[in-house]
Amino acid sequence: MTARIFAYIVHKGGVVDDSTAELFAAAKKIDPAASPTAIVTGSGAELDAVCNSLTASYPEVWKLASDSLAYPNAELVRQALVKVLPAGSLVLLPHNHFGIDLGPGLSVKLNAAFVPDVVGIDGVDGTNLKVIRQEFGGQVSTHVRCNLASGAVINLRPGAFKPADGAAASGKVVDKSAEIGALTAKRRYLTTIAPETGDVDITKEAVLVSVGRGIQEKDNISIAEELAEAMGAVVSCSRPVVDAKWLPKSRQVGSSGQTVKPKIYLACGISGSFQHLAGLKGNPFIVAINKNPKAPIFQVAEVGIVTDMLEFLPELTNRLRAMKQVSV
Amino acid sequence: MEILVCARRVPDTSENEIQLNSAGNDIERDDLVYSINEPDNYAVEEALQIVAKSGGNVTVATVGTDEDEEILRREMAMGANQGVLLSDDAFNGSDGKGIATVLKGFVQKNKFDLVLTGVQAEDGGAQVGGMLAAMLDYPFASLVNSIEVLDGTKLKISREIEGGNREMSEIDLPCVLSIQTGINEPRYVGMRGIRQVASLEIPTYGASDLGVDTAAVGEAAANVKRDDYFVPVLGKGAEILEGTNEEIADKLIELMKAKGGLQ
Repeated sequence: MTARIFAYIVHKGGVVDDSTAELFAAAKKIDPAASPTAIVTGSGAELDAVCNSLTASYPEVWKLASDSLAYPNAELVRQALVKVLPAGSLVLLPHNHFGIDLGPGLSVKLNAAFVPDVVGIDGVDGTNLKVIRQEFGGQVSTHVRCNLASGAVINLRPGAFKPADGAAASGKVVDKSAEIGALTAKRRYLTTIAPETGDVDITKEAVLVSVGRGIQEKDNISIAEELAEAMGAVVSCSRPVVDAKWLPKSRQVGSSGQTVKPKIYLACGISGSFQHLAGLKGNPFIVAINKNPKAPIFQVAEVGIVTDMLEFLPELTNRLRAMKQVSV
Repeated sequence: MEILVCARRVPDTSENEIQLNSAGNDIERDDLVYSINEPDNYAVEEALQIVAKSGGNVTVATVGTDEDEEILRREMAMGANQGVLLSDDAFNGSDGKGIATVLKGFVQKNKFDLVLTGVQAEDGGAQVGGMLAAMLDYPFASLVNSIEVLDGTKLKISREIEGGNREMSEIDLPCVLSIQTGINEPRYVGMRGIRQVASLEIPTYGASDLGVDTAAVGEAAANVKRDDYFVPVLGKGAEILEGTNEEIADKLIELMKAKGGLQ
Protein backbone atom coordinates (compact mmCIF):
# COMPACT_ATOMS: atom_id res chain seq x y z
CA MET A 1 0.00 0.00 0.00
CA THR A 2 1.42 3.38 -0.97
CA ALA A 3 -1.11 5.88 0.38
CA ARG A 4 0.28 8.02 3.15
CA ILE A 5 -1.67 7.69 6.42
CA PHE A 6 -2.44 10.79 8.49
CA ALA A 7 -3.97 10.78 11.98
CA TYR A 8 -5.75 13.98 12.98
CA ILE A 9 -4.95 14.65 16.63
CA VAL A 10 -7.69 16.02 18.88
CA HIS A 11 -6.30 17.91 21.88
CA LYS A 12 -7.51 20.23 24.60
CA GLY A 13 -5.62 22.27 27.16
CA GLY A 14 -2.29 20.99 25.84
CA VAL A 15 -3.25 17.33 26.34
CA VAL A 16 -3.97 14.88 23.51
CA ASP A 17 -7.24 12.94 23.37
CA ASP A 18 -7.40 9.17 24.00
CA SER A 19 -8.03 8.74 20.27
CA THR A 20 -4.39 9.66 19.56
CA ALA A 21 -3.08 6.19 20.40
CA GLU A 22 -6.17 4.50 18.94
CA LEU A 23 -5.64 6.12 15.53
CA PHE A 24 -2.01 5.01 15.59
CA ALA A 25 -3.08 1.43 16.34
CA ALA A 26 -5.64 1.57 13.53
CA ALA A 27 -3.00 2.83 11.06
CA LYS A 28 -0.87 -0.20 11.91
CA LYS A 29 -3.88 -2.47 11.31
CA ILE A 30 -4.35 -0.93 7.89
CA ASP A 31 -0.68 -1.44 7.07
CA PRO A 32 1.75 -2.94 9.60
CA ALA A 33 4.61 -1.21 7.77
CA ALA A 34 2.87 2.17 7.87
CA SER A 35 4.68 5.18 9.23
CA PRO A 36 1.64 7.27 10.18
CA THR A 37 1.94 11.03 10.37
CA ALA A 38 0.21 13.01 13.10
CA ILE A 39 -1.43 16.21 11.91
CA VAL A 40 -2.25 18.82 14.52
CA THR A 41 -3.94 22.20 14.34
CA GLY A 42 -3.99 24.90 16.99
CA SER A 43 -2.02 27.91 18.14
CA GLY A 44 0.65 29.11 20.52
CA ALA A 45 2.63 27.30 23.19
CA GLU A 46 -0.17 24.82 23.77
CA LEU A 47 0.15 23.52 20.20
CA ASP A 48 3.95 23.29 20.52
CA ALA A 49 3.59 21.24 23.70
CA VAL A 50 1.16 18.87 21.98
CA CYS A 51 3.45 18.47 18.95
CA ASN A 52 6.46 17.73 21.13
CA SER A 53 4.59 15.12 23.17
CA LEU A 54 3.46 13.41 19.96
CA THR A 55 7.03 12.84 18.77
CA ALA A 56 7.26 10.11 21.40
CA SER A 57 4.78 7.96 19.46
CA TYR A 58 4.51 9.33 15.91
CA PRO A 59 7.56 9.36 13.59
CA GLU A 60 6.43 12.62 12.00
CA VAL A 61 4.19 15.39 13.32
CA TRP A 62 2.78 18.08 11.02
CA LYS A 63 2.10 21.31 12.88
CA LEU A 64 -0.53 23.69 11.49
CA ALA A 65 -0.45 26.82 13.61
CA SER A 66 -2.78 29.79 13.15
CA ASP A 67 -4.56 32.14 15.53
CA SER A 68 -7.81 31.27 13.75
CA LEU A 69 -7.28 27.60 14.67
CA ALA A 70 -7.03 28.25 18.42
CA TYR A 71 -10.49 26.72 18.79
CA PRO A 72 -11.09 23.58 16.67
CA ASN A 73 -13.83 24.83 14.34
CA ALA A 74 -14.24 22.01 11.80
CA GLU A 75 -14.88 24.43 8.95
CA LEU A 76 -11.51 26.15 9.46
CA VAL A 77 -9.66 22.93 10.20
CA ARG A 78 -10.99 21.49 6.95
CA GLN A 79 -9.69 24.43 4.92
CA ALA A 80 -6.25 24.06 6.50
CA LEU A 81 -6.11 20.28 5.93
CA VAL A 82 -7.19 20.57 2.29
CA LYS A 83 -4.28 22.96 1.67
CA VAL A 84 -1.58 20.65 3.07
CA LEU A 85 -2.73 17.05 2.51
CA PRO A 86 -1.21 15.31 -0.54
CA ALA A 87 -3.61 13.81 -3.10
CA GLY A 88 -4.60 10.23 -2.30
CA SER A 89 -3.99 10.54 1.45
CA LEU A 90 -5.69 8.26 3.93
CA VAL A 91 -6.92 10.40 6.83
CA LEU A 92 -7.97 8.92 10.18
CA LEU A 93 -10.32 10.81 12.52
CA PRO A 94 -12.11 9.86 15.73
CA HIS A 95 -15.86 9.43 15.18
CA ASN A 96 -16.75 11.86 17.96
CA HIS A 97 -18.52 15.22 17.82
CA PHE A 98 -15.50 16.72 16.08
CA GLY A 99 -14.89 13.92 13.55
CA ILE A 100 -18.61 13.84 12.67
CA ASP A 101 -18.39 17.59 12.02
CA LEU A 102 -15.20 17.37 9.94
CA GLY A 103 -15.01 14.00 8.16
CA PRO A 104 -17.84 14.00 5.59
CA GLY A 105 -17.08 17.48 4.22
CA LEU A 106 -13.34 16.86 4.26
CA SER A 107 -13.83 13.76 2.11
CA VAL A 108 -15.79 15.80 -0.45
CA LYS A 109 -13.13 18.52 -0.62
CA LEU A 110 -10.34 15.91 -0.97
CA ASN A 111 -12.41 14.00 -3.54
CA ALA A 112 -11.81 10.98 -1.31
CA ALA A 113 -14.03 8.15 -0.08
CA PHE A 114 -15.56 8.36 3.41
CA VAL A 115 -16.40 5.64 5.90
CA PRO A 116 -18.04 6.68 9.19
CA ASP A 117 -17.95 4.97 12.58
CA VAL A 118 -15.53 2.13 11.78
CA VAL A 119 -15.16 -0.46 14.59
CA GLY A 120 -12.68 -2.88 12.98
CA ILE A 121 -10.09 -3.10 10.22
CA ASP A 122 -9.41 -6.27 8.22
CA GLY A 123 -6.55 -4.86 6.16
CA VAL A 124 -6.04 -3.88 2.54
CA ASP A 125 -6.92 -5.96 -0.51
CA GLY A 126 -5.59 -4.39 -3.70
CA THR A 127 -6.95 -0.84 -3.72
CA ASN A 128 -9.68 -1.67 -1.20
CA LEU A 129 -9.55 -1.11 2.52
CA LYS A 130 -11.70 -3.69 4.31
CA VAL A 131 -13.40 -2.44 7.46
CA ILE A 132 -16.17 -3.43 9.85
CA ARG A 133 -19.13 -1.23 10.78
CA GLN A 134 -22.22 -1.77 12.87
CA GLU A 135 -25.79 -0.97 11.92
CA PHE A 136 -29.18 -0.89 13.59
CA GLY A 137 -27.95 0.05 17.04
CA GLY A 138 -25.22 -2.59 17.00
CA GLN A 139 -27.62 -5.50 16.38
CA VAL A 140 -25.78 -6.45 13.18
CA SER A 141 -22.33 -5.79 11.74
CA THR A 142 -21.21 -5.42 8.14
CA HIS A 143 -18.00 -5.90 6.20
CA VAL A 144 -17.45 -2.78 4.13
CA ARG A 145 -15.01 -2.21 1.26
CA CYS A 146 -13.65 1.26 0.67
CA ASN A 147 -11.87 2.12 -2.58
CA LEU A 148 -8.63 3.94 -1.75
CA ALA A 149 -7.80 4.92 -5.34
CA SER A 150 -8.34 8.63 -4.67
CA GLY A 151 -7.72 8.54 -0.93
CA ALA A 152 -10.11 8.17 1.98
CA VAL A 153 -11.26 9.73 5.21
CA ILE A 154 -11.97 7.04 7.82
CA ASN A 155 -13.78 7.91 11.06
CA LEU A 156 -12.92 5.44 13.83
CA ARG A 157 -15.23 4.72 16.76
CA PRO A 158 -13.65 5.88 20.03
CA GLY A 159 -12.61 2.92 22.18
CA ALA A 160 -12.82 0.37 19.35
CA PHE A 161 -9.07 0.19 18.74
CA LYS A 162 -6.72 -0.89 21.52
CA PRO A 163 -3.57 1.21 21.69
CA ALA A 164 -0.49 -0.85 20.77
CA ASP A 165 2.16 -1.36 23.45
CA GLY A 166 5.59 0.19 23.28
CA ALA A 167 5.04 2.19 20.12
CA ALA A 168 8.07 4.34 20.77
CA ALA A 169 9.35 6.79 18.21
CA SER A 170 11.67 9.74 18.23
CA GLY A 171 9.74 11.70 15.67
CA LYS A 172 10.23 15.14 14.24
CA VAL A 173 7.90 18.13 14.05
CA VAL A 174 7.39 19.58 10.57
CA ASP A 175 5.92 23.10 10.58
CA LYS A 176 3.41 23.36 7.73
CA SER A 177 1.81 26.59 9.00
CA ALA A 178 3.07 28.71 6.09
CA GLU A 179 1.08 26.59 3.63
CA ILE A 180 -2.39 27.06 5.10
CA GLY A 181 -2.91 30.71 4.09
CA ALA A 182 -5.97 32.74 5.08
CA LEU A 183 -8.93 30.88 6.57
CA THR A 184 -12.49 32.25 6.56
CA ALA A 185 -15.45 30.86 8.44
CA LYS A 186 -19.15 31.10 7.73
CA ARG A 187 -19.64 29.44 11.11
CA ARG A 188 -18.11 31.27 14.06
CA TYR A 189 -17.53 29.76 17.50
CA LEU A 190 -18.95 31.85 20.34
CA THR A 191 -18.70 29.98 23.64
CA THR A 192 -19.24 26.66 25.40
CA ILE A 193 -22.04 26.26 27.93
CA ALA A 194 -21.60 23.70 30.71
CA PRO A 195 -24.60 21.49 31.58
CA GLU A 196 -26.81 22.38 34.50
CA THR A 197 -26.01 20.37 37.60
CA GLY A 198 -28.80 18.13 38.74
CA ASP A 199 -30.42 17.25 42.04
CA VAL A 200 -28.27 14.11 42.39
CA ASP A 201 -24.78 13.37 41.15
CA ILE A 202 -25.00 9.99 39.39
CA THR A 203 -21.22 9.95 38.88
CA LYS A 204 -20.73 9.28 42.60
CA GLU A 205 -23.33 6.55 43.09
CA ALA A 206 -22.38 2.90 43.74
CA VAL A 207 -25.63 1.44 42.45
CA LEU A 208 -27.61 2.78 39.52
CA VAL A 209 -31.03 1.71 38.30
CA SER A 210 -30.80 2.94 34.74
CA VAL A 211 -33.80 3.12 32.43
CA GLY A 212 -34.03 3.36 28.65
CA ARG A 213 -36.64 3.40 25.96
CA GLY A 214 -38.27 0.32 27.52
CA ILE A 215 -39.74 2.52 30.25
CA GLN A 216 -42.27 3.55 27.56
CA GLU A 217 -43.89 6.47 29.33
CA LYS A 218 -43.20 9.12 31.91
CA ASP A 219 -45.55 7.70 34.51
CA ASN A 220 -43.48 4.51 34.60
CA ILE A 221 -40.42 6.35 35.93
CA SER A 222 -41.91 5.82 39.40
CA ILE A 223 -41.43 2.04 38.94
CA ALA A 224 -37.68 2.60 38.65
CA GLU A 225 -37.67 5.11 41.51
CA GLU A 226 -39.36 2.66 43.84
CA LEU A 227 -36.82 -0.03 43.00
CA ALA A 228 -33.96 2.43 43.46
CA GLU A 229 -35.30 3.38 46.87
CA ALA A 230 -35.55 -0.28 47.91
CA MET A 231 -31.96 -0.85 46.77
CA GLY A 232 -30.44 2.33 48.17
CA ALA A 233 -29.68 3.36 44.61
CA VAL A 234 -30.58 6.27 42.34
CA VAL A 235 -32.17 6.37 38.90
CA SER A 236 -30.11 7.18 35.82
CA CYS A 237 -31.08 6.76 32.17
CA SER A 238 -30.10 6.53 28.52
CA ARG A 239 -30.59 9.17 25.88
CA PRO A 240 -34.18 8.48 24.68
CA VAL A 241 -35.50 9.15 28.20
CA VAL A 242 -33.86 12.58 28.25
CA ASP A 243 -34.97 13.30 24.67
CA ALA A 244 -38.55 12.64 25.80
CA LYS A 245 -37.98 15.02 28.79
CA TRP A 246 -38.93 12.31 31.30
CA LEU A 247 -35.68 12.79 33.26
CA PRO A 248 -33.21 15.70 33.31
CA LYS A 249 -29.98 15.65 31.27
CA SER A 250 -27.96 15.34 34.49
CA ARG A 251 -29.29 11.77 34.85
CA GLN A 252 -28.05 10.65 31.40
CA VAL A 253 -25.24 8.08 31.16
CA GLY A 254 -23.22 8.20 27.94
CA SER A 255 -20.73 10.10 25.83
CA SER A 256 -23.05 13.08 25.55
CA GLY A 257 -24.09 12.78 29.19
CA GLN A 258 -22.29 11.68 32.37
CA THR A 259 -19.48 9.18 32.82
CA VAL A 260 -20.37 6.93 35.77
CA LYS A 261 -18.42 4.25 37.63
CA PRO A 262 -20.88 2.35 39.82
CA LYS A 263 -20.32 -1.09 41.35
CA ILE A 264 -23.67 -2.33 40.07
CA TYR A 265 -25.51 -1.11 37.00
CA LEU A 266 -29.05 -2.29 36.29
CA ALA A 267 -29.68 -1.53 32.62
CA CYS A 268 -33.47 -1.68 32.30
CA GLY A 269 -34.93 -1.46 28.80
CA ILE A 270 -31.61 -0.09 27.51
CA SER A 271 -30.39 -1.52 24.19
CA GLY A 272 -26.74 -0.66 24.86
CA SER A 273 -25.58 1.65 22.09
CA PHE A 274 -21.85 2.39 22.09
CA GLN A 275 -22.56 6.01 22.99
CA HIS A 276 -24.32 4.80 26.12
CA LEU A 277 -21.65 2.23 27.04
CA ALA A 278 -18.95 4.88 26.58
CA GLY A 279 -20.29 6.53 29.74
CA LEU A 280 -19.93 3.36 31.81
CA LYS A 281 -16.46 3.00 33.37
CA GLY A 282 -14.78 1.06 36.16
CA ASN A 283 -15.94 -2.41 35.08
CA PRO A 284 -19.28 -2.49 36.92
CA PHE A 285 -21.42 -5.60 37.45
CA ILE A 286 -23.96 -5.01 34.64
CA VAL A 287 -27.41 -6.56 34.81
CA ALA A 288 -29.34 -6.28 31.53
CA ILE A 289 -33.13 -6.42 31.63
CA ASN A 290 -34.58 -6.24 28.14
CA LYS A 291 -37.32 -8.03 26.21
CA ASN A 292 -35.26 -8.02 22.98
CA PRO A 293 -32.77 -10.91 23.30
CA LYS A 294 -30.77 -9.41 20.40
CA ALA A 295 -30.11 -6.15 22.26
CA PRO A 296 -26.33 -5.48 22.33
CA ILE A 297 -26.47 -4.84 26.09
CA PHE A 298 -26.60 -8.63 26.62
CA GLN A 299 -23.14 -8.95 25.09
CA VAL A 300 -21.52 -6.73 27.68
CA ALA A 301 -23.65 -7.59 30.73
CA GLU A 302 -22.66 -10.16 33.37
CA VAL A 303 -26.23 -11.21 33.92
CA GLY A 304 -29.18 -10.96 31.55
CA ILE A 305 -32.92 -11.21 32.07
CA VAL A 306 -35.05 -11.44 28.92
CA THR A 307 -38.32 -9.98 30.07
CA ASP A 308 -40.43 -6.85 30.13
CA MET A 309 -38.84 -4.49 32.64
CA LEU A 310 -42.23 -3.03 33.48
CA GLU A 311 -43.30 -6.39 34.89
CA PHE A 312 -39.98 -7.44 36.37
CA LEU A 313 -38.97 -4.28 38.23
CA PRO A 314 -42.02 -4.17 40.54
CA GLU A 315 -41.43 -7.85 41.37
CA LEU A 316 -37.82 -7.15 42.26
CA THR A 317 -38.93 -4.22 44.42
CA ASN A 318 -41.45 -6.43 46.24
CA ARG A 319 -38.86 -9.14 46.95
CA LEU A 320 -36.38 -6.58 48.29
CA ARG A 321 -39.01 -5.04 50.57
CA ALA A 322 -40.11 -8.47 51.81
CA MET A 323 -36.52 -9.35 52.72
CA LYS A 324 -36.03 -6.12 54.62
CA GLN A 325 -39.10 -6.81 56.73
CA VAL A 326 -37.81 -10.28 57.56
CA SER A 327 -34.39 -9.01 58.59
CA VAL A 328 -35.87 -6.22 60.76
CA MET B 1 -37.61 30.94 5.54
CA GLU B 2 -37.66 28.15 2.96
CA ILE B 3 -36.53 24.97 4.69
CA LEU B 4 -35.68 21.58 3.21
CA VAL B 5 -35.58 18.53 5.48
CA CYS B 6 -33.87 15.41 4.11
CA ALA B 7 -35.47 12.34 5.63
CA ARG B 8 -35.29 8.57 5.37
CA ARG B 9 -37.49 5.58 5.98
CA VAL B 10 -35.69 2.96 8.09
CA PRO B 11 -36.53 -0.17 10.06
CA ASP B 12 -37.42 0.91 13.57
CA THR B 13 -34.85 -0.78 15.84
CA SER B 14 -36.85 -0.05 18.97
CA GLU B 15 -39.69 -2.15 17.54
CA ASN B 16 -37.72 -4.88 15.77
CA GLU B 17 -35.28 -7.67 16.47
CA ILE B 18 -32.93 -7.34 13.53
CA GLN B 19 -32.00 -10.77 12.08
CA LEU B 20 -29.88 -11.84 9.13
CA ASN B 21 -31.50 -13.36 6.07
CA SER B 22 -30.50 -16.92 5.14
CA ALA B 23 -27.98 -15.77 2.53
CA GLY B 24 -26.28 -13.42 5.02
CA ASN B 25 -26.21 -10.61 2.47
CA ASP B 26 -28.94 -8.52 4.06
CA ILE B 27 -31.11 -8.29 7.13
CA GLU B 28 -34.45 -10.10 7.12
CA ARG B 29 -36.77 -7.31 5.99
CA ASP B 30 -40.09 -9.10 5.56
CA ASP B 31 -41.60 -8.51 8.98
CA LEU B 32 -39.88 -5.28 9.89
CA VAL B 33 -41.76 -2.23 11.09
CA TYR B 34 -40.54 0.80 9.12
CA SER B 35 -40.85 4.39 10.18
CA ILE B 36 -39.18 7.73 9.65
CA ASN B 37 -35.62 7.81 10.93
CA GLU B 38 -36.05 9.26 14.43
CA PRO B 39 -33.63 12.24 14.23
CA ASP B 40 -35.21 13.21 10.87
CA ASN B 41 -38.56 13.54 12.63
CA TYR B 42 -37.00 15.96 15.13
CA ALA B 43 -35.59 17.88 12.14
CA VAL B 44 -39.07 18.23 10.62
CA GLU B 45 -40.50 19.40 13.96
CA GLU B 46 -37.71 21.97 14.26
CA ALA B 47 -38.40 23.22 10.74
CA LEU B 48 -42.11 23.55 11.52
CA GLN B 49 -41.36 25.54 14.68
CA ILE B 50 -39.01 27.91 12.82
CA VAL B 51 -41.59 28.50 10.08
CA ALA B 52 -44.32 29.09 12.70
CA LYS B 53 -42.21 31.95 14.11
CA SER B 54 -40.48 33.33 11.02
CA GLY B 55 -42.80 32.33 8.17
CA GLY B 56 -41.93 30.27 5.11
CA ASN B 57 -42.39 26.69 3.97
CA VAL B 58 -41.14 23.24 4.88
CA THR B 59 -40.33 20.71 2.16
CA VAL B 60 -39.44 17.13 3.08
CA ALA B 61 -37.44 15.13 0.52
CA THR B 62 -36.28 11.53 0.50
CA VAL B 63 -34.11 9.56 -1.90
CA GLY B 64 -35.81 6.20 -2.39
CA THR B 65 -38.71 4.37 -3.97
CA ASP B 66 -42.52 4.47 -3.92
CA GLU B 67 -42.47 2.62 -0.59
CA ASP B 68 -40.78 5.62 1.01
CA GLU B 69 -43.75 7.87 0.23
CA GLU B 70 -45.33 6.84 3.51
CA ILE B 71 -42.85 8.83 5.57
CA LEU B 72 -43.36 11.88 3.34
CA ARG B 73 -47.09 11.68 3.99
CA ARG B 74 -46.50 11.25 7.70
CA GLU B 75 -44.40 14.42 7.79
CA MET B 76 -46.99 16.28 5.69
CA ALA B 77 -49.60 15.22 8.24
CA MET B 78 -47.31 16.81 10.85
CA GLY B 79 -47.47 20.05 8.92
CA ALA B 80 -44.82 19.99 6.19
CA ASN B 81 -46.06 21.89 3.13
CA GLN B 82 -44.67 19.49 0.59
CA GLY B 83 -43.18 16.01 0.25
CA VAL B 84 -40.86 15.19 -2.62
CA LEU B 85 -39.60 11.79 -3.74
CA LEU B 86 -36.21 11.65 -5.48
CA SER B 87 -36.27 8.36 -7.29
CA ASP B 88 -34.46 6.81 -10.22
CA ASP B 89 -33.10 3.34 -10.96
CA ALA B 90 -29.75 5.05 -11.45
CA PHE B 91 -29.71 5.99 -7.72
CA ASN B 92 -29.81 2.34 -6.56
CA GLY B 93 -26.76 1.21 -4.62
CA SER B 94 -25.52 4.74 -3.97
CA ASP B 95 -23.13 5.26 -1.08
CA GLY B 96 -23.38 8.34 1.17
CA LYS B 97 -21.73 10.50 -1.45
CA GLY B 98 -24.18 9.30 -4.11
CA ILE B 99 -27.16 10.22 -1.90
CA ALA B 100 -25.63 13.63 -1.17
CA THR B 101 -25.11 14.16 -4.93
CA VAL B 102 -28.83 13.51 -5.61
CA LEU B 103 -29.86 15.92 -2.82
CA LYS B 104 -27.44 18.54 -4.14
CA GLY B 105 -29.24 18.33 -7.50
CA PHE B 106 -32.58 18.99 -5.79
CA VAL B 107 -31.24 21.89 -3.69
CA GLN B 108 -29.75 23.55 -6.76
CA LYS B 109 -33.07 23.35 -8.65
CA ASN B 110 -34.76 25.22 -5.81
CA LYS B 111 -34.02 27.97 -3.32
CA PHE B 112 -33.67 26.95 0.31
CA ASP B 113 -32.39 29.12 3.12
CA LEU B 114 -31.85 26.21 5.44
CA VAL B 115 -31.33 22.46 4.90
CA LEU B 116 -31.82 20.08 7.83
CA THR B 117 -31.03 16.38 8.15
CA GLY B 118 -31.22 14.00 11.09
CA VAL B 119 -27.88 13.49 12.79
CA GLN B 120 -27.65 9.93 11.53
CA ALA B 121 -29.68 7.03 10.16
CA GLU B 122 -30.11 3.61 11.77
CA ASP B 123 -28.04 2.07 8.99
CA GLY B 124 -25.94 5.12 8.14
CA GLY B 125 -23.28 7.00 9.99
CA ALA B 126 -23.79 10.74 10.13
CA GLN B 127 -22.39 11.57 6.72
CA VAL B 128 -24.86 12.86 4.11
CA GLY B 129 -25.49 16.31 5.65
CA GLY B 130 -21.81 17.18 5.91
CA MET B 131 -21.15 15.96 2.37
CA LEU B 132 -24.12 17.89 0.96
CA ALA B 133 -22.92 21.10 2.65
CA ALA B 134 -19.39 20.70 1.26
CA MET B 135 -20.74 20.00 -2.24
CA LEU B 136 -22.86 23.18 -2.07
CA ASP B 137 -20.14 25.22 -0.31
CA TYR B 138 -22.63 25.95 2.47
CA PRO B 139 -21.47 26.05 6.09
CA PHE B 140 -22.37 22.98 8.15
CA ALA B 141 -22.87 22.02 11.77
CA SER B 142 -23.56 18.54 13.13
CA LEU B 143 -25.28 17.40 16.34
CA VAL B 144 -27.31 20.61 16.56
CA ASN B 145 -29.53 20.77 19.65
CA SER B 146 -30.88 24.32 19.47
CA ILE B 147 -31.55 26.87 16.74
CA GLU B 148 -32.35 30.54 17.14
CA VAL B 149 -33.05 32.67 14.08
CA LEU B 150 -31.06 35.91 14.50
CA ASP B 151 -32.10 37.62 11.27
CA GLY B 152 -32.51 36.74 7.62
CA THR B 153 -28.79 36.07 7.22
CA LYS B 154 -27.70 34.00 10.19
CA LEU B 155 -28.64 31.62 13.02
CA LYS B 156 -27.36 31.07 16.52
CA ILE B 157 -27.00 27.36 17.14
CA SER B 158 -25.68 24.99 19.76
CA ARG B 159 -24.00 21.64 19.14
CA GLU B 160 -24.00 18.74 21.56
CA ILE B 161 -20.37 18.02 22.46
CA GLU B 162 -18.89 15.78 25.17
CA GLY B 163 -20.19 15.55 28.72
CA GLY B 164 -23.42 17.45 28.12
CA ASN B 165 -21.58 20.63 27.09
CA ARG B 166 -23.08 22.83 24.40
CA GLU B 167 -20.89 24.54 21.82
CA MET B 168 -22.50 27.81 20.75
CA SER B 169 -21.86 29.24 17.27
CA GLU B 170 -23.21 31.69 14.78
CA ILE B 171 -23.73 30.33 11.26
CA ASP B 172 -24.50 32.12 7.99
CA LEU B 173 -27.47 31.21 5.81
CA PRO B 174 -27.88 29.24 3.67
CA CYS B 175 -26.47 26.36 5.68
CA VAL B 176 -26.90 22.65 6.38
CA LEU B 177 -27.50 21.45 9.94
CA SER B 178 -27.73 17.89 11.21
CA ILE B 179 -30.25 17.70 14.03
CA GLN B 180 -29.77 15.74 17.24
CA THR B 181 -32.69 14.02 18.97
CA GLY B 182 -34.13 15.85 21.98
CA ILE B 183 -33.92 19.31 20.34
CA ASN B 184 -37.72 19.58 20.64
CA GLU B 185 -40.80 17.45 21.31
CA PRO B 186 -42.13 16.26 17.94
CA ARG B 187 -45.89 16.62 17.68
CA TYR B 188 -48.10 13.57 17.58
CA VAL B 189 -49.48 12.41 14.25
CA GLY B 190 -52.76 10.54 14.34
CA MET B 191 -54.30 8.27 11.74
CA ARG B 192 -56.80 11.00 10.94
CA GLY B 193 -54.04 13.41 9.99
CA ILE B 194 -52.43 10.83 7.74
CA ARG B 195 -55.75 10.10 6.03
CA GLN B 196 -56.15 13.79 5.27
CA VAL B 197 -52.95 13.83 3.21
CA ALA B 198 -53.40 10.36 1.72
CA SER B 199 -54.51 11.56 -1.69
CA LEU B 200 -52.15 14.52 -2.06
CA GLU B 201 -49.78 14.17 -4.96
CA ILE B 202 -46.12 13.55 -4.18
CA PRO B 203 -43.95 14.88 -6.99
CA THR B 204 -41.22 12.48 -8.09
CA TYR B 205 -37.98 13.63 -9.67
CA GLY B 206 -35.39 11.47 -11.42
CA ALA B 207 -31.80 12.05 -12.45
CA SER B 208 -32.61 14.09 -15.56
CA ASP B 209 -35.10 16.31 -13.67
CA LEU B 210 -32.43 17.06 -11.10
CA GLY B 211 -29.55 17.47 -13.51
CA VAL B 212 -27.73 14.63 -11.78
CA ASP B 213 -25.02 12.90 -13.79
CA THR B 214 -25.90 9.20 -13.55
CA ALA B 215 -22.19 8.33 -13.66
CA ALA B 216 -21.76 10.11 -10.29
CA VAL B 217 -24.41 8.10 -8.43
CA GLY B 218 -25.53 4.49 -7.98
CA GLU B 219 -23.57 1.36 -7.36
CA ALA B 220 -20.97 1.87 -10.09
CA ALA B 221 -19.93 5.23 -8.63
CA ALA B 222 -19.90 4.03 -5.02
CA ASN B 223 -16.45 3.97 -3.45
CA VAL B 224 -17.87 2.45 -0.28
CA LYS B 225 -19.69 -0.87 -0.59
CA ARG B 226 -21.20 -3.29 1.90
CA ASP B 227 -20.08 -6.89 1.30
CA ASP B 228 -22.28 -8.70 3.81
CA TYR B 229 -23.99 -8.61 7.17
CA PHE B 230 -23.01 -10.71 10.17
CA VAL B 231 -23.86 -10.95 13.85
CA PRO B 232 -21.05 -9.54 15.96
CA VAL B 233 -19.59 -11.45 18.88
CA LEU B 234 -18.61 -9.01 21.59
CA GLY B 235 -17.45 -10.14 24.97
CA LYS B 236 -18.52 -13.44 26.46
CA GLY B 237 -22.20 -12.60 26.69
CA ALA B 238 -24.43 -12.46 29.73
CA GLU B 239 -25.48 -15.39 31.89
CA ILE B 240 -29.23 -15.45 31.26
CA LEU B 241 -31.35 -15.98 34.38
CA GLU B 242 -34.38 -18.21 33.81
CA GLY B 243 -37.53 -18.88 35.78
CA THR B 244 -40.54 -16.92 36.97
CA ASN B 245 -40.03 -13.23 37.65
CA GLU B 246 -40.12 -14.00 41.39
CA GLU B 247 -37.45 -16.71 41.09
CA ILE B 248 -35.28 -14.50 38.90
CA ALA B 249 -35.66 -11.61 41.35
CA ASP B 250 -34.41 -13.78 44.22
CA LYS B 251 -31.44 -15.02 42.19
CA LEU B 252 -30.58 -11.51 41.18
CA ILE B 253 -30.73 -10.23 44.76
CA GLU B 254 -28.27 -12.94 45.82
CA LEU B 255 -25.92 -12.01 42.97
CA MET B 256 -26.05 -8.32 43.80
CA LYS B 257 -25.47 -9.01 47.51
CA ALA B 258 -22.39 -11.05 46.58
CA LYS B 259 -21.09 -8.07 44.63
CA GLY B 260 -21.52 -5.85 47.67
CA GLY B 261 -24.17 -3.72 46.04
CA LEU B 262 -26.90 -4.36 48.57
CA GLN B 263 -26.78 -3.90 52.31
